[in-house]
Amino acid sequence: MIKIQDLRKSFKNIEVLKGISTTIQKGEIIAIIGPSGSGKSTFLRCINLLETPSGGQIWVNENEVTNPKVNIMKVREQVGMVFQQFNLFPHKTVLENIIYAPMMVKGISKSEAETKGRDLLKKVGLSEKENEHPVRLSGGQKQRVAIARALAMSPEMMLFDEPTSALDPEMVKEVLEVIKSLALTGMTMAIVTHEMGFAREVADRVLFLDDGQLVEDAAPAEFFSSPKSKRAQDFLEKIL
Amino acid sequence: MNLDFTQITSSIPYILQGIGVTLKIVGVAALIGFAIGILLALCKIGRFKGFKWFADIYTSIFRGTPLILQLLLIYYGTPQLFDIKVSAYTAAVLAFGFNSGAYISEIIRAGILAVDRGQLEASMALGIPYKKMMKDIVLPQALKNILPALMNEFITLTKESAIVTVIGVTDIMRRSYIVGGNTYRYFESLIFAGVIYYLMVIVLTLIGKAVERRMRRSD
Repeated sequence: MIKIQDLRKSFKNIEVLKGISTTIQKGEIIAIIGPSGSGKSTFLRCINLLETPSGGQIWVNENEVTNPKVNIMKVREQVGMVFQQFNLFPHKTVLENIIYAPMMVKGISKSEAETKGRDLLKKVGLSEKENEHPVRLSGGQKQRVAIARALAMSPEMMLFDEPTSALDPEMVKEVLEVIKSLALTGMTMAIVTHEMGFAREVADRVLFLDDGQLVEDAAPAEFFSSPKSKRAQDFLEKIL
Repeated sequence: MNLDFTQITSSIPYILQGIGVTLKIVGVAALIGFAIGILLALCKIGRFKGFKWFADIYTSIFRGTPLILQLLLIYYGTPQLFDIKVSAYTAAVLAFGFNSGAYISEIIRAGILAVDRGQLEASMALGIPYKKMMKDIVLPQALKNILPALMNEFITLTKESAIVTVIGVTDIMRRSYIVGGNTYRYFESLIFAGVIYYLMVIVLTLIGKAVERRMRRSD
């Protein structure tokens, strides 16, 4: 469970998040949408403290990550993250990318990590690529490896920061399929996305952010068919 | 023109023995310099202001004064301060090591900063501790990018090592100078030394290229 209370973030003098409060229940799938510059990514990155909030509180399960006394490294082990730019380790092979953190952070043996890694690679459909370096993979393949890498830590929840925005159109589907199959396992997920069809189909709730504020928080059917706020109406009109 | 390389033939083995002396100085100094370079670079990009200042001042001083002055200070100056005798070899290794540490730290710092920020974020998101992230994720990528610059530094070190001549270490340079004096054949013996240095640099260059090829295999 993730609980967020009056989250604020400023870069220099620009306030990017202006007090956002929400709760993500265990097993819930949240789509975070909104125009670019609305603070969606910053919001997501605050949850595992890749950005340090300027104000407010965040709890991941019972840990208040905004409390300096809480060991953020331990919390990050429970929260997997997938980035727009994949961020695979280029000097490691696909399998090495996946097994590194479980071995180094969790102290799992190499053979165990490899067994699990191969299992995950099979699930994302890339078993034959385990010895390739990331540079030899397509964007869609890279992102699937990145998902497998995050899952190798056995996280309790996953954050996706625009996972398909850097992909060529023909590769978007394969990545979304992987995320969908993950959704079926009951994983708690927060996904920043521009894929409205996907959000509508997969999400339990849609958070619409605009100008650093949480403008709407609704079920997808409700949000997409009858958005309440003018800002959401304008946004949907532009993209749908 | 009075040139006769046969005049130094009998002294060639003597000069060649200097290769070992030079290599020993350069090799050990390079290791010291590399270790200092990594440490200073980590200080410079780290959070602790005190370490950062120390590393900046260190670099500023060792880059801002002549190498030969540092060498002479260590060799002649240290015994005056402390009651110890520094051998010429030790002084040479320390001076070159300290000096190239300053240069190497700047190379490594630039290399670390050039590693994509996403790599740090991915490591942090996976809960990888700072030390392991630096050792296994950041530095390997940084080293690959700075290899040409590092090679350059080692080549410079190899050539600059010739100034140990002034404190009496019998390296290639000193030996050829001695042979020149004994045979009154300075041109021949110095040219011979020059050829040795040049060949050593060529070998270093080839090694550098081979290592670079190996490291680029993942591209």
